[in-house]
Amino acid sequence: MMNPAHTVYGDEFRGMEKTLPGSHAPWVRALRAQAMETFMEQGFPDTRIEEWKYTDVRTLARHHFTASPGLTSIDESALPSRLLTGEPAHRLVFVDGHHAPELTPFNTLLNGVTLTSLAFALANRPEELESCLGRNTDLEKPGFNALNTAFMSDGAYIRLAPGVTLEQPVHLLFIATGKTDTVATVRNVIVAGPGSKAQIIESYFSLNDAAYLTNTVTELIAGDGADIEHYKLEQEGESAYHMAGMYVRQHRDSRYTSHNIALGGRLVRNDLHVTLDEPGADCTLNGLYLTRGRQHVDNHTRIDHCKPRASSREWYKGVMDDRSRAVFNGRVVVHKDAQQTDARQSNHNLLLSNEAEVDAQPQLEIYADDVKCSHGCTVGRLDEEALFYLRSRAIDAATARIFLIHAFATDVLQRIRIAPVRRHLEEQLMVRLHGGEIPGLYGNQEGVA
Amino acid sequence: MLSIRNLHASVDGTPILRGIDLEVKAGEVHAIMGPNGSGKSTFANVLAGREQCRVTQGEVHFQGHDLLAMSPEDRARAGVFLAFQYPVEIPGVSNIYFLKAALNAIRKYHGLEELDAMDFISRVKSKVEMVKMDEALIYRAVNEGFSGGEKKRNEILQMMVLEPALAILDETDSGLDIDALKTVADGVNQLRSDDRAFIVVTHYQRLLNYILPDHVHVLSNGRIVKSGGPELALELEERGYVWLNELTAGAA
Ligand SMILES: Nc1ncnc2c1ncn2[C@@H]1O[C@H](COP(=O)(O)OP(=O)(O)OP(=O)(O)O)[C@@H](O)[C@H]1O
Ligand SMILES: [Mg+2]
Repeated sequence: MMNPAHTVYGDEFRGMEKTLPGSHAPWVRALRAQAMETFMEQGFPDTRIEEWKYTDVRTLARHHFTASPGLTSIDESALPSRLLTGEPAHRLVFVDGHHAPELTPFNTLLNGVTLTSLAFALANRPEELESCLGRNTDLEKPGFNALNTAFMSDGAYIRLAPGVTLEQPVHLLFIATGKTDTVATVRNVIVAGPGSKAQIIESYFSLNDAAYLTNTVTELIAGDGADIEHYKLEQEGESAYHMAGMYVRQHRDSRYTSHNIALGGRLVRNDLHVTLDEPGADCTLNGLYLTRGRQHVDNHTRIDHCKPRASSREWYKGVMDDRSRAVFNGRVVVHKDAQQTDARQSNHNLLLSNEAEVDAQPQLEIYADDVKCSHGCTVGRLDEEALFYLRSRAIDAATARIFLIHAFATDVLQRIRIAPVRRHLEEQLMVRLHGGEIPGLYGNQEGVA
Repeated sequence: MLSIRNLHASVDGTPILRGIDLEVKAGEVHAIMGPNGSGKSTFANVLAGREQCRVTQGEVHFQGHDLLAMSPEDRARAGVFLAFQYPVEIPGVSNIYFLKAALNAIRKYHGLEELDAMDFISRVKSKVEMVKMDEALIYRAVNEGFSGGEKKRNEILQMMVLEPALAILDETDSGLDIDALKTVADGVNQLRSDDRAFIVVTHYQRLLNYILPDHVHVLSNGRIVKSGGPELALELEERGYVWLNELTAGAA
């Protein structure tokens, strides 16, 4: 299926191969070349592929995205506060896919913690990454993952020594300056040693609206008993393409919590795959997608229970307005060895307009016999009875709708443990629903009382 | 205060109310009785502005407003309150916040300032005590998982906090134990004043022992087929509605 839409990337790759980070290390070069070959064989996925059935990337494929050549300098004071830059965190800032050291106030070396740019690590000590970069079999998949591996330009490299606890969250802030037809190819690598503990926030924002592409992949290996809470806040520009993969491998008794929030972008795809590789691992996937206009947001999650006594919880909710469309595909595979698996999944969707659509598909595959599995999936509209009840108590129709939408989404936000992130998302939700906040709607009981 | 003339309404194309005339003056309590399915709730809902109940004919004036032209929220702001026969559960919306939003919307309509948090909470707490409701319920989601009786008390709590000019109670007494029944009656009696009126829909004379009505009406088949004083309720208690059917047949 060679077609001009993707052959340009082959030519481009040959042209810049030697300048990509880590090119002096043979294994990095081989990894990239192999990925490029995979990409060239299949090109972009089309809707005949089951996993891409509801997400058509032809408009994306018509662009030729090129990496921005270097760092665009931006003034930190010009960054809106909504980027959470004021909150205490170990922060790495990336602009159009390049690490921006001058925007990274964090400099302190923490004992037992590596927190650096991936490009820097690949240039200076690639051997440290050989066992953990691109080793997840998901990354052998064609399409965007392959393209990511071939072109990955930068991202974060985080390594936690055994037993290390990070008190403040790590915040990876990816800013797009919003130039048409540019691509940021981001790769984050997180290696959490046994018993380590951290909260990691990835947030994606745009300073302008343009048809740019973010192609991002994060790999996480959670060692025995590690506890990692991961946030992905996607607030790309209205015309942006955002293709994201999150690949997690969990060792014995480790815990992984994901908060996956999709608010922006024209066409968004999230692949989140957690492999519970050893006994007693535990994961919680919490997700919220809000779509409007002509947005298309596709969340594909997959959890593999490979060994006994692992548990997984998945809570995804979506609110679709206007002519937008969402896709949820939640696959849980319980392998033959995975006795005493405890897996629960729910996906609830709220359609706000007659033109909005959602394709929701839970997929449970169970090959073990002693398991507890459940899933529930609903698609609904605002409850007319509840709307009338609120209005009969003097609350205007628009506010009544906001109450009900907020009520629908609130449990996802309540699970967010980092208070500034939770507040930020509550605000974003209000802006989306109302163009501003309704004083007192969120906040706790004391806030009301 | 409320003046209803020749009111007709249908639900999903089926005519339910078929010519209701009623005058309610400030200070009065009107009881409405009548068999199941006669249209009592439809009538109450039409007054509150439920869109599914389409008015096909007639006029309703409330304190000089053309009530039928108003949205449900404007009716509520102007002072109409409906205690629902089946209060709605609203998961995720806290009862206390809901109440605060309602009260402030009404105050705003009347050009009053929003109550501050302290004033609001002390006002709510005193009413909670009055309706003998478990205080924990005000922090829970609206009606979610409330027992039948708790839901009814919650309706009365809202009425007490919002202090409407016209309160319509749709079978608020149904399913209540005797103490709860007295609580409902106490609530009404406490609000009862020269500038307020009540329409109390009930199946039981018992409630009317505690809330003495000025007028009793019997609704049957979408019409008021008989009106009288408190003694009519007693008569109904004794004789049922069958004798009234003959009246309706005669009238039709
Ligand atoms: N969607 C509908 N389509 C047709 N008829 C309806 C619809 N909804 C309600 N009705 C009918 O309207 C009539 C009046 O109902 P309503 O609830 O007003 O009665 P009610 O007097 O309050 O009865 P109850 O004492 O049982 O509460 C009933 O016969 C009911 O079946
Ligand atoms: Mg009724």
